[in-house]
Amino acid sequence: MSSRPTARPWTTAALLALPVAFLAVFFVNPVATIVATGLRPAGEFDLSAVWTVLQDPVVGRVAWFTLWQAVLSTALTLAIGLPGAYALSRLRFRGSAFLRAVVTVPFVLPTVVVAAAFLALLGPDSPVNGALSGLLGDGAPTVDLRRTVTAILIAHVFFNYAVVVRTVGGLWSLLDPRLEDAARVLGASRWRAFREVSLPLLRPAIASAAAIVFLFTFTSFGVVLILGGPGRATIEVEIHRATTQLLDLPLASVLALLQLIAVVAALTVYGRLQRRVGSQPLVASSVAARPVRTTGERIFVAANLAIMAVLLGAPLLVLVERSLALADGYGLAHYDALFRDTRDTILAVAPWEAVRNSIGFAIAATLVAVVVGGLAATAAVTGRGPITGLVDRALMVPLGTSAVTIGFGFLLALGRPPVDLRGSPWLVPIAQALIATPFVVRTLLPVLRAIDQRLREAAATLGATPRRVWQEVDLPIVGRALLVAAGFSFAIAVGEFGATVFVARAQFPTMPVAIFRLLGRPGVTNFGQAMAMSTILMVVTASAILLIDRLRVGQVGRF
Amino acid sequence: MLRVDDLTVLYDDHVAVDDLSLTADDGEVLCVLGPSGCGKSTLLRAIAGLVPTAGGTIELDGQILDGQRPDQRRVGLMFQDNALFPHRNVADNVGFGPRMQGVDRRETHDRVQDALHLVDLAGTDDRAIASLSGGEQQRVALARSIAAQPRLLMLDEPLGSLDRALRDRLLTDLPPLLRSLGTTVVYVTHDQDEALALADRIAVMRAGRIAQVGVPDELWQQPRTDFVARFLGLDPILDAEVTDGVATTALGPLPVPGLPDGSVRVVLLLHALRLTDPLQPVRPDEVAIDGEVAGRRFAGDHLRVRVRTRAGLEVSVPVWRGHGPQPGAPVTVALATDAIHPLATAADVQATGATRQ
Repeated sequence: MSSRPTARPWTTAALLALPVAFLAVFFVNPVATIVATGLRPAGEFDLSAVWTVLQDPVVGRVAWFTLWQAVLSTALTLAIGLPGAYALSRLRFRGSAFLRAVVTVPFVLPTVVVAAAFLALLGPDSPVNGALSGLLGDGAPTVDLRRTVTAILIAHVFFNYAVVVRTVGGLWSLLDPRLEDAARVLGASRWRAFREVSLPLLRPAIASAAAIVFLFTFTSFGVVLILGGPGRATIEVEIHRATTQLLDLPLASVLALLQLIAVVAALTVYGRLQRRVGSQPLVASSVAARPVRTTGERIFVAANLAIMAVLLGAPLLVLVERSLALADGYGLAHYDALFRDTRDTILAVAPWEAVRNSIGFAIAATLVAVVVGGLAATAAVTGRGPITGLVDRALMVPLGTSAVTIGFGFLLALGRPPVDLRGSPWLVPIAQALIATPFVVRTLLPVLRAIDQRLREAAATLGATPRRVWQEVDLPIVGRALLVAAGFSFAIAVGEFGATVFVARAQFPTMPVAIFRLLGRPGVTNFGQAMAMSTILMVVTASAILLIDRLRVGQVGRF
Repeated sequence: MLRVDDLTVLYDDHVAVDDLSLTADDGEVLCVLGPSGCGKSTLLRAIAGLVPTAGGTIELDGQILDGQRPDQRRVGLMFQDNALFPHRNVADNVGFGPRMQGVDRRETHDRVQDALHLVDLAGTDDRAIASLSGGEQQRVALARSIAAQPRLLMLDEPLGSLDRALRDRLLTDLPPLLRSLGTTVVYVTHDQDEALALADRIAVMRAGRIAQVGVPDELWQQPRTDFVARFLGLDPILDAEVTDGVATTALGPLPVPGLPDGSVRVVLLLHALRLTDPLQPVRPDEVAIDGEVAGRRFAGDHLRVRVRTRAGLEVSVPVWRGHGPQPGAPVTVALATDAIHPLATAADVQATGATRQ
């Protein structure tokens, strides 16, 4: 281990000033306001409000639903994702490298896009029903899974498949294949070798994937809001409903508190598990993946490819198909309508303005996130002592806090002095930046830490001045990581829904907000336009992500 | 007894083991010696059933192994870099084999104790693998292979990652240990010292085939091909034109009675060269070659002097006593004519199918 350069304390302080101020105003302040509103509804400490809310049978139902759908989603995702992780990490076949990159795409797609895609796939007009009636004639049953738990569960598996494949597969591809070979030679059957050797070694990764999937599905908002029906609300959705429909802020605050406690608990478990993954003795080898050999393996790979195609591919294809479907065949009419300069009654603005807003906000959010996250990461790497770990951890907290909590907190805290941003369009990019910043830190930190001090020393002994060292060593290495962080921030910001829906003003909707509003209205035209806008958003996000994957700095979607 | 006939293994697209035949007798220690990438590890993996074969048969104690799963073969394989289970302690690693075979707890315990005792690691049962030194890990891996009581014990470069002192110690300890087991052993290495220290017989492997098999002495005295001679470190290898029992070479005319006329390639065996005492003429069975010292290298227990001959060829000559001549000094090298050994030509080799071009 080579020593890292350490900065003087005041340099660290200067680097940290902006990130700390940013977190204080835009994270600590809103969360504190939520706590205060929940625990001191009338300005005095009063737990009776909390008690009343907790005794409300509706709240009980919501909490119970939130919990069991998250447990079931997690179990399903593991059941479907683990074979996929094996296929993609241990077997080599034509296109396996490409698939490993592509399965990440769903994970980063905006929730609204995914919900829209599943509305299209599982609705009565989907090609599935078209095929059914084509096969069975008029008597064919119509599959309509909209507003069902099944739809929510499938969408959750869609989202989190990549988490399992990346987290477990990532470790799996590092496990020395000779360990299982050794077990085989010592007399263990295939299954026994897996159970006795690989499974125990993978357990921390599986547990950590399960924890993160549980966290994501427990705090699921966009998917449940759009795909779920009455009586199928998660705590997140209920916070939204309490705020926008019931106008019951104390109720929303107590729910947000409940959510915070649950999330902190899940994160604590996750942190423990992560440390165990890190302490795993592994042989990093490039030979872990081997070619598919037996017929059984071919069938296994084919089955997994089929699952990926149906689960991950079908919804997105149908989304595109629906965006092009018109009453009489196919065409671009829905896209035309988006870019025609007509004031839409639902959106209050022309739809294309939502596209413009989204991109503008996302660029602003990306700049803020890269600056704040970059400063914090630099401070964490160059700082001395406990600062390093502290910054790292403090910036991870917004990652765990749900977007809805952040949006709701913004609504409560930033609409009054000392920071009165009520009605300001700036709230949107700030909220998005807050959510993107942890990802920036996560991307930059390992790269900054990994720069071998000996590289700098080598450059210096070869005659490079300190400035040249920075230019020739640090910049090229960190430059790519910065690009990745920026791309990732942009993808997150452009598709952000949970927080944005709380703080976006009616006259400044973003794409996800516009899609949500369009989907909420009846009518074929509205639906078609929602599909068209979802398709655009999907293409924008997926391009950003695939571009990042090309740069190959760390792995997107691994935690 | 292990019998491998016409074995072929394909790895991805290339031929890793190419129509290879080999036998090892009961209780014999057979060393497979070859450069990295020659297919020697793949050979072991094929015998263990870990890679599918594309042709040929593998027979152990009269029983055909082909088609059997690795866990059915009762063949032991000690992996390069051990492949010890990091999540199990020493005793659980060593006891893994017996446990898989359904051996009851008490006997498993006994076998673990015996195996650990054999490798001189008694009492380490509860240690974590990560807390062991490299040499200890190596020995646990050996104990793990032994405790499974395999019918054939295969070791894949077991000493490859150890430092020299440790390697030398294990090289002293291993032969009696392997012999006390009485198991047939196939030992793969690229290091000729290991092969010499352990082997009853050595099989030199090249590009998926056996280039030559023999007891160590036979290999060093009668290397069959250019490749074997080079791999064993024999030097120099000379092209010669033989006419009437005299070879014309870069070292001058050399007597080679018994060799037929024509082109041949010859190698000088280890004992071929010595620096002559200026006061004593060369012996009758030696040829004198004049040259001057081009350089010298201290090799621990002796000195190697590089002599450039008049014809400009450099040969390396050992000096076992004294300081040896300084660079630039004129010297005479005596070449023992019985150490001029002819090598098979490419055409001969193809005819016997011993090596691949």
